[in-house]
Amino acid sequence: MTNLAIQTKGLKKAFKDVSVLNGVDLDVRRSEIFALLGSNGAGKTTIINILSTLLIPDSGTASVGGFDTQRQPERVRELISLTGQFTAVDGMLTGRENLVFVARLRAVPNPTQIADQLLGQFGLRDAAGKRVDTYSGGMTRRLDIAMSLIGTPAVIFLDEPTTGLDPEGRLEVWDTIKKLAEGGTTILLTTQYLDEAELLADRIAILHEGRIIAGGTLDELKRLFPPAKVEYIEKQPTLEEIFLAIVGKKTEEVAT
Amino acid sequence: MNALRDTGILVGRSMRHIQRSPDTIITVAIMPIMLMLLFVYVFGGAINTGTDNKVNYMLPGILLIAIASGVAYTAMRLFTDKQKGIVARLHSMPVSRSAVLWGHVLTSLVSNAVSLAIIILVALVMGFRSSAGLTAWLAAAGILTLFTFALTWLAVVPGLTAKSVEGATAFSYPLIYLPFISAAFVPTATMPTPVRVFAEHQPVTAIVNSLRALLGGQPVGIDIWTALAWCAGIAILAYFFAMRAYNRVP
Repeated sequence: MTNLAIQTKGLKKAFKDVSVLNGVDLDVRRSEIFALLGSNGAGKTTIINILSTLLIPDSGTASVGGFDTQRQPERVRELISLTGQFTAVDGMLTGRENLVFVARLRAVPNPTQIADQLLGQFGLRDAAGKRVDTYSGGMTRRLDIAMSLIGTPAVIFLDEPTTGLDPEGRLEVWDTIKKLAEGGTTILLTTQYLDEAELLADRIAILHEGRIIAGGTLDELKRLFPPAKVEYIEKQPTLEEIFLAIVGKKTEEVAT
Repeated sequence: MNALRDTGILVGRSMRHIQRSPDTIITVAIMPIMLMLLFVYVFGGAINTGTDNKVNYMLPGILLIAIASGVAYTAMRLFTDKQKGIVARLHSMPVSRSAVLWGHVLTSLVSNAVSLAIIILVALVMGFRSSAGLTAWLAAAGILTLFTFALTWLAVVPGLTAKSVEGATAFSYPLIYLPFISAAFVPTATMPTPVRVFAEHQPVTAIVNSLRALLGGQPVGIDIWTALAWCAGIAILAYFFAMRAYNRVP
């Protein structure tokens, strides 16, 4: 088996006349947290949807765990879990019922036991019997992620997991993601928050206008940043500055 | 086999929704019950149905109205599942794709059956009496189930394609009014020719006539075949468009 958990080559996708992906090459190694960084409309969700077998690319290939998403979608679905941009939980059911529902669909043995274990792990034990409609944003997101862990998928897609959360909720989710990665799960995370990518990711790719325009570890990305000219004060560039610098440069190149 | 298992789990889930919000069944039953009261006790005296028992005459049309409004909830539940990303979650899991739709369709059959049972109980209190034997009752139940099945697949189309809840459920209004322009509540003989022609050749009239004959212990004649053909035709056409819409859903 290859050392790559996720690989895409020349991925292209257009919706009607609007081209969203213009040839995306992506390599995600096993057991790493990989952040796909980009502004709204950059194509992050489209990539996630192709990788989770929901969309078919116009051209190019995508594979997860060595299985092609178009030719072997069933195999891919057995390996992955998707936590979409909008928390896909059933508000009419309780937290426990949501977990049991997914556990039964994934045909894991002892669904209730798995549910109880996850409820404890995600600090939802007290709310287990309450309808999810009554949960806070952070609790809902934690439940959403907990649902994705059932059946111990090898690869987890987290599409903007902290969008719309208050600072406390964000910290809760960050904590969860870090623990997950310690357990050896490969995580592909999309975010528009630069601090999130900086804090969580082993490697980062910057997606802009349907293309990966830079990628690597944070240190590698920092090296791309033009060196400081004035030498009296040494200021480390933040990822935000790196991002804006790279995106700005590319846009200029396109314009000229 | 997995598809059956998945469907079972999904039916269990949406049946729990219905248990948690019994209003979906009660609302579906109440409007037709009000109409039945209105037709029997208010307009009843002025409508010459040619029968003594007004409840017997009105009940089949009332049941069809209940089904037409009941299937709107299927569209709503499906729309919500799609909107919330639950459909996408299920599609990214090793879950049979068709089970996601069948779960909703079977739930619709069960919940509509419960609504119809409530209406029939109220009709019994109001004086509905049937001389039908078991076979005739089963045949009537079969036609009602097939009609529900057909309209449910029709409901799947807006449930998958609509942009808002209102848009998802709006399709049911014309269906609810269809029994009014049929032989369901007034004999068609008094209607002006164009209306009468429409009334006599639309599906509700054949279905209502069959149900009336079955429940009244009368021979059903050709109407039942017309009724079955309509239901099967609507179901097949609706299924085709529903699957076409479903294949576009990520």
